[in-house]
Amino acid sequence: MKRSRVLGPGIALALAAMALAPQASAEVERGELLSASCFTCHSIDATGNMPGLVGYPRDLMVSQMQAFADGSRPATIMDRHSKGYSAADIELIADYIATLQQ
Amino acid sequence: MTNIKRRNFLKAVGVGGAATVAGFGCAANGSSTASRGAHVIVIGGGSGGATAAKYLKRFSPDLQVTLIEPSATYYTCYGSNWVLGGHATMDEIAQTYDALASRHGVTVVQDSVTEVDPAKRAVMTAGGSTMNYDYLIMSPGIDFRYDAVPGITAADAERIPHAWKAGDQTRILRSQLEAMPDGGVFVMVAPGNPFRCPPGPYERASMVAHYFQQAKPRSKIIILDNKENFSKQGLFMAGWEQHYGDMIEWLPSSRGGQVEEIDAANLTTISDSGLTTVKADVLNYIPPQQAGKIAMQTGLTGDGFWCPVNQQTFESTIHPGIYVIGDSSVAGAMPKSGHSANNQGKIAAAAIVNALAGKDPLSPSTANTCYSLITPDHAISVAAVYALKDDGTLGGVEGAGGVSPADAPASVRQMEAIYTKGWYTGITADIWG
Ligand SMILES: Cc1cc2nc3c(=O)[nH]c(=O)nc-3n(C[C@H](O)[C@H](O)[C@H](O)COP(=O)(O)OP(=O)(O)OC[C@H]3O[C@@H](n4cnc5c(N)ncnc54)[C@H](O)[C@@H]3O)c2cc1C
Repeated sequence: MKRSRVLGPGIALALAAMALAPQASAEVERGELLSASCFTCHSIDATGNMPGLVGYPRDLMVSQMQAFADGSRPATIMDRHSKGYSAADIELIADYIATLQQ
Repeated sequence: MTNIKRRNFLKAVGVGGAATVAGFGCAANGSSTASRGAHVIVIGGGSGGATAAKYLKRFSPDLQVTLIEPSATYYTCYGSNWVLGGHATMDEIAQTYDALASRHGVTVVQDSVTEVDPAKRAVMTAGGSTMNYDYLIMSPGIDFRYDAVPGITAADAERIPHAWKAGDQTRILRSQLEAMPDGGVFVMVAPGNPFRCPPGPYERASMVAHYFQQAKPRSKIIILDNKENFSKQGLFMAGWEQHYGDMIEWLPSSRGGQVEEIDAANLTTISDSGLTTVKADVLNYIPPQQAGKIAMQTGLTGDGFWCPVNQQTFESTIHPGIYVIGDSSVAGAMPKSGHSANNQGKIAAAAIVNALAGKDPLSPSTANTCYSLITPDHAISVAAVYALKDDGTLGGVEGAGGVSPADAPASVRQMEAIYTKGWYTGITADIWG
């Protein structure tokens, strides 16, 4: 029989997870899901050359997204992305991203 | 029965005993999922599957997440055209699963799923294990339809590579290009829609042209296309003329591009009922495609070639409890790309976490970006933002998205080339980092 190889989080971690026995009650809010799509390019590990977003100030995020959308801040691609979100969505993204910590 | 299967599995995995029990115990012995976190299995550790596994744990750390993928190293298709162009190495497009396991707590099983039983919520693997799931995500990529054109079979791929899954196929095509004499002809047969990576064939032609220009400038590139137009066409063609003169010739289906047969022994394509034949020195046949084999086999494609899903959650409309993401899925206006698969992984992960919490699914709003290099310093892009439309499909948000401007100066093309590489680093960190 062919053997499977398992890369696991390790025994200690698994036992810790079992001991805590938390309820599966986590919930994903819209702001978190919307923001997750930013992380494709703007890695939260700050790799790559797109500006990092972790801890990005809320009001600056809102104003920059607006500036990309109205053309007052020049861009190669953020002009095309920023126009796809409502003002309310941009606020949700800004709120969520401002809570991220390194 | 269940117990026997479970024992086989424990024997099969051999190592990581406690992690294994934590990972599979709940579903196998029937205890309630809430006590230890539900078990989600993800099939396929590519762009969609690896993202889904990671974000399941990010969104809900108590979940037990098992990722099943046969390869220890995944070679990204993105960047594989740069390898063909001679300015990236295979090592630079190699990704592994260490961080998913050690940083994010995903149980990564190196194995291949041979069967899914949607009624029993179980998957069987080539390694002989049976694992139960509460939810299943599948991102098995594509399979090739070699039966579409007579004269060529999957067995010919060693000599006539598709290089549409990266890895050995990329290496084969690169070495054929290196061995080709100056003045030779590289022929690519590009598939009709829909297929993986709509701009991919044209980025490939660009990268091969870049290599030829440096190493064998008298050579030619012919693209035989099974369609009438292609992604970012105006920008590609302007770039080709600017950098490569008439080295690249593109033939749409109405002008001989619709390949009807292949004489594999003579590396010759036949179209126009035999009126047009093209002899290649290096032939790159990219067959028409369909959903990954395990998705087809599980019946997730219905009567078609791709898997219909509820586009709000990516749950199959055929087998509830199974979510299909990435190239295998029908995702409205979203193209079959790594960027799409990555974002679909997040949508499906959020949908499962919210379903477990008893919440209504969110209405997703998501994005795609595809960068293509025409030279290492000249890139173009296409972007779109997608939202759920009234008819339940994901459509592009009007007024957003589009392609790079046609009249941009060289400095903008160069900036986009820098961002192309940044995109690669960013998305691979988001998926496997
Ligand atoms: C030349 C080329 C260039 C490209 N460039 C870009 C680009 O610049 N940008 C972009 O966004 N996209 C690009 N793409 C497209 C991108 O590679 C795919 O769209 C993307 O990888 C699809 O993700 P996926 O998860 O659906 O499939 P994949 O990434 O192919 O992953 C599928 C995985 O499932 C595994 N698997 C299959 N069957 C089983 C089974 N039975 N059991 C267990 N595991 C299984 C496979 O081993 C594989 O690892 C390019 C593609 C090509 C060919």
